[in-house]
Amino acid sequence: MNGESFLFTVFALATCLGAIAVVFSQTVVRMAFWLVISLGSTAALFFLANADFVGAAQLLIYVGGTLVLLVFGVMLTASGPYLKIATSPGEIVMGSCVGLLFLVVVYASLNGVDWREPSTAVTESGNPVVATGNTLRPIGLSFLGSRPDQDLTADGETLTPGYLLPFEIVSVHLLVVLIGAAYLARAKRRAVGSG
Amino acid sequence: MTADLNSYLFVGAVLFVCGVVCMATKRNGIGVLMGVELVLNGANVNFVAFSRYTDLGLDGQVFSLFVIVLAAAEAAIALAIALNFYNNYLTIDVDRANKLKG
Repeated sequence: MNGESFLFTVFALATCLGAIAVVFSQTVVRMAFWLVISLGSTAALFFLANADFVGAAQLLIYVGGTLVLLVFGVMLTASGPYLKIATSPGEIVMGSCVGLLFLVVVYASLNGVDWREPSTAVTESGNPVVATGNTLRPIGLSFLGSRPDQDLTADGETLTPGYLLPFEIVSVHLLVVLIGAAYLARAKRRAVGSG
Repeated sequence: MTADLNSYLFVGAVLFVCGVVCMATKRNGIGVLMGVELVLNGANVNFVAFSRYTDLGLDGQVFSLFVIVLAAAEAAIALAIALNFYNNYLTIDVDRANKLKG
């Protein structure tokens, strides 16, 4: 089993088990936590599939949006003041140990990277997953209407060349959605007792 | 489990089924929203996998980007609706939203 298959197995298991745990969790907070696990592992799967820009967008938009969902869910469904907020000393010790281990891992990986020429070092390391995942420039060009990855002059090619029009439509759509969300969620008179 | 097309499709299928079950069984409105997110995420996994392992090329990745953006828009609108519903009914239990029932 090579490295790619091992990483794929780990992240696929995390994705599937996170999704299953979302179904079987009862409280909104735990559901949101497992959803973050599942979506983050899906971003890792995107990185493994050479889609590095999609993975980064997944992490930024999806996981960030899910955290907003978590906050709103807690705010909406809290049926009373929290009875017990203080964490026990054992949990503090456990969290500190996990944090220290994470710091060690991050520092070790920082020291293990040759920062001078990252692109050539990655290419020479022979890792095909990392070396071929540079899709930022082709995706940006396809949003601008040109396709560097396809030969559009071939015979019988009738597809539209790029994604400029959908890109603009999505931009306007996002603006409309944000204005509509702010309009829908504005503070109004609460109808007490009608529910 | 090797990283080939069928494995990615299996992961996408698991995400889709979990999302559908989540949408069907949760009574919490936020939980239904999370089910929708899982379903869209399964579709994204399929798009990226086909973009990697077939000659679909870059189109799959671009489509998954559109799906991500539209899912963010959908989450914003659905949260606004849930907040509005909570303002009127003081709950987000979806079974209480029966005023339009015929």
